[in-house]
Amino acid sequence: MRLLLKGGRVVDPANRINTVTCVLVEDGKIAAVGAIPGEEGDTSDTEVIDCTGKIVCPGFIDLHAHLREPGYEYKEDILTGSRAAAAGGFTTICAMPNTNPVVDNGAVAGYVARRAREVGIVNVLPIGSITKGQAGEELSEMAELVQAGCVAVSDDGKSVMKSDIMRHALDYARMFDIPVFSHCEDINLSADGEMHEGFRSTVYGLQGIPAEAEEIMISRDAMLAKLTGGRLHICHVSTMGSLEIIRRAKAEGIRITCEATPHHLTLTDEAVGSYDAVKKVNPPLRSEEHVAALREAVASGLIDCIATDHAPHHIESKDCEYGNAAFGISGLETAVALVMDRLVHTEVLQLSKAVALLTSAPARILGIEKGTLTPRRAADITIIDPDEVRTVDPRRFYSKGKNPPYKGMQLRGWPWMTLVAGRIVFKEGSVMEMKL
Amino acid sequence: MNFEKRKDLLGLKDMSREEIELILDTAVPMKDVIRREIKKVPALRGKGMITVFYENSTRTRTSFELAGKYLSADTSNLAVSTSSVQKGESLKDTIQTIEMMGPDILVMRHSMSGAPHYVARNTRMRVINAGDGTNEHPTQALLDMFSIRERKGTLEGLKVAIVGDILHSRVARSNIYGLSKFGCEVRVVGPSTLMPPEIERLGVRQYFDLKEGISGVDVINVLRIQRERQHAGLFPSLEEYAELYMLRPEHLELAGDGAILLHPGPMNRGIEISTELAEGPNTLVNEQVTNGVAVRMALLFLMMGGRRDEIAA
Amino acid sequence: MQLRDKIVIMDEMDMKRALTRISHEIIEANKGVEGVALVGIRRRGCPLAYRLADQIEAIEGTRPPVGLLDITLYRDDLTTLGTQPEVHRTEVYFDITNLTVVLVDDVIYTGRTVRAAMDALMDLGRPRRIQLAVLIDRGHRELPIKPDFVGKNVPTSREEIISVMVEEIDNDNKVVIQELMS
Repeated sequence: MRLLLKGGRVVDPANRINTVTCVLVEDGKIAAVGAIPGEEGDTSDTEVIDCTGKIVCPGFIDLHAHLREPGYEYKEDILTGSRAAAAGGFTTICAMPNTNPVVDNGAVAGYVARRAREVGIVNVLPIGSITKGQAGEELSEMAELVQAGCVAVSDDGKSVMKSDIMRHALDYARMFDIPVFSHCEDINLSADGEMHEGFRSTVYGLQGIPAEAEEIMISRDAMLAKLTGGRLHICHVSTMGSLEIIRRAKAEGIRITCEATPHHLTLTDEAVGSYDAVKKVNPPLRSEEHVAALREAVASGLIDCIATDHAPHHIESKDCEYGNAAFGISGLETAVALVMDRLVHTEVLQLSKAVALLTSAPARILGIEKGTLTPRRAADITIIDPDEVRTVDPRRFYSKGKNPPYKGMQLRGWPWMTLVAGRIVFKEGSVMEMKL
Repeated sequence: MNFEKRKDLLGLKDMSREEIELILDTAVPMKDVIRREIKKVPALRGKGMITVFYENSTRTRTSFELAGKYLSADTSNLAVSTSSVQKGESLKDTIQTIEMMGPDILVMRHSMSGAPHYVARNTRMRVINAGDGTNEHPTQALLDMFSIRERKGTLEGLKVAIVGDILHSRVARSNIYGLSKFGCEVRVVGPSTLMPPEIERLGVRQYFDLKEGISGVDVINVLRIQRERQHAGLFPSLEEYAELYMLRPEHLELAGDGAILLHPGPMNRGIEISTELAEGPNTLVNEQVTNGVAVRMALLFLMMGGRRDEIAA
Repeated sequence: MQLRDKIVIMDEMDMKRALTRISHEIIEANKGVEGVALVGIRRRGCPLAYRLADQIEAIEGTRPPVGLLDITLYRDDLTTLGTQPEVHRTEVYFDITNLTVVLVDDVIYTGRTVRAAMDALMDLGRPRRIQLAVLIDRGHRELPIKPDFVGKNVPTSREEIISVMVEEIDNDNKVVIQELMS
């Protein structure tokens, strides 16, 4: 079984390819990229897909998604989350461990991995928790987690407040060469905060979360990464100060990487003024100067990758008073369109850079053999139609989380087709499921 | 003319000077009605008003209820503590239930900023914000402005100092928005920990020193300080707060000639205001209560014009 | 909405004569002005009430007290109007109980204004008697109300507009029939 993707612009940053050419897929693997010998000859067993006008990329990787299963299936489950990923152009997603029970042992991690294989739409890589029950007190059994398939550890959703515990986590994780994903938030400073602290929190009368709540913890974690030599990955960086800390840490040779979310790159805290709870997210949407700094840092390479922090919620947790609403944005199905419309088409980012931020960069952070179109690798491929214009309509989401803040926004540049291991899982606006 | 397009009153932030003037002007004849032996006019006969307070405030609620009754509206109160809210009913469902009972206007207070905005989007009833979290308390600011204007003859160009916990005060915010539209010089006075970030960008000046802040002002609006703030570590003790910020008779002398004192009530005597001042001739606290009813009558009257379906979005 | 004068029904002198006659009639009907008060209905009833008081004072040597009545809050069409009309103060600074109150207005038409004015008056006290003085009666009554003193009866069609102009408000003294400019 061969598949020929013909006529598209192939963008494979890791292999420095950015040209109109062909990609040949054979038995679920990349067979060749470039002018395919024998293309004119025997094509009887080759399915040809005309990709003219499209962009053919390595499959997109999301380091940060909340799939909610087990325990919160009313918000999302591995099936709906996988569908949402496929529709959003992602072929590999990392599942955060703040489920119920928490992914703090091999059994739960194994369940997530197994269930994802059963669903079989995209690659789902579990992330284990740093501490048991994400309580911030005792380390989870990391060896067991890795054994069960975890690619990183994180207490995301919560900060590891105890410095000694975080130190040991970074230290211990070295033995398995996995990164520690840190949700940086000094919860004493953020307290009951509900939006970015600044002029607008004054105007809207909402409790503020100062930028320093994030920056203090990033500083601490960077120092602990230095102390231990562990690999630190900062989740959802959102402030100017955080970027400065990360820049200095990188210059010092500390093993630190970071991600930014599409919403922090495209929205400001002004959006909160309507008290519409779909804008409520943690870290909060920041003011213009922070957003500008993030956009600059994503272009300069200081920010290593883009991750969605896909946080689906049930409608009742969002269709309510702002103060009572849950934090989080359903992001898998809009991420690529936001990157294309708000960053690539506006020339904040070059196309190849944007693709790298979604492919080779996150793969490198995880240390997995993905994110490129290198021959013999699994044929995980995302094809984008850069000119498709569509209005964000949450009712059409595959995710159970119908809570994007972009409802009604018109965006240009959407995923057109998604292939996982050579199999088409998304095309013509529909997710294609394997017959089980 | 000014209220044609207005469905709700959620705050003074987005209100025009003309709208505010219309309310204040209309409140003048309303105050006459309150002073009459027969305190009732038929203007809102057949209209229904319901108050829903998710946060206790008997006086504001009673003020609204009387305002409605004086205008012949049928008023009713949903007692939140005894309602199904306690059983976990969502705000949206509660509001929809109320709407189906047919009232025209919903007066609501909520401990969360923006809750009335959320409700207003989800109901055809007109919504009046009777205080939301730390955001706005528009009718309190309107009655403060009415009281000042009545005593001073004008609002134009007055110097007004607001003293106390500015950070958590919806009264302060609404007053700042309202008074600024009339060219008042607004000062905010209080401890640095109770100042909202970048407050001066609202066009006010902040003072940490009470004497400096109130010198030469025409009006001092003293806010109620809440003990919870001490527990949150925002200031060391109520005693120290009183030492630094309690208004005493000697302070009034620092202010301009004929300076007046306002307080939204209830007062903590001996904490933010001394007893001598609380009962002094320049203190409008009692007058404010009457004016509150008048201003709310004006608002209810202006907002109940026209048919609901024409205005509801 | 532009209006054009069609016919001038009364000029300044006509108005003055009519008010003088009404003054005499009020005095005559009440056998003097002891216990009589004038209450003008806002807006144009007010200057007319003051003029009547001036005339009565000139004739009788005593000036009856004058009050001003705002009937907005008593109108029966509030719920059907697109926007609420402006409310003004009622300024009746004397006790009307046991007085003969002469309500004064510029034009009587359907009678609804007078109904509202009587209700408003009753809420201020319990007058011994209410009388009604108008400069123009243009007919088309919708309520069983009849003025006691009339300056001029003017048969009109419902489409016509009658405007009483007074110097205090309009910088002119005249009564005209107006029509919409097409």
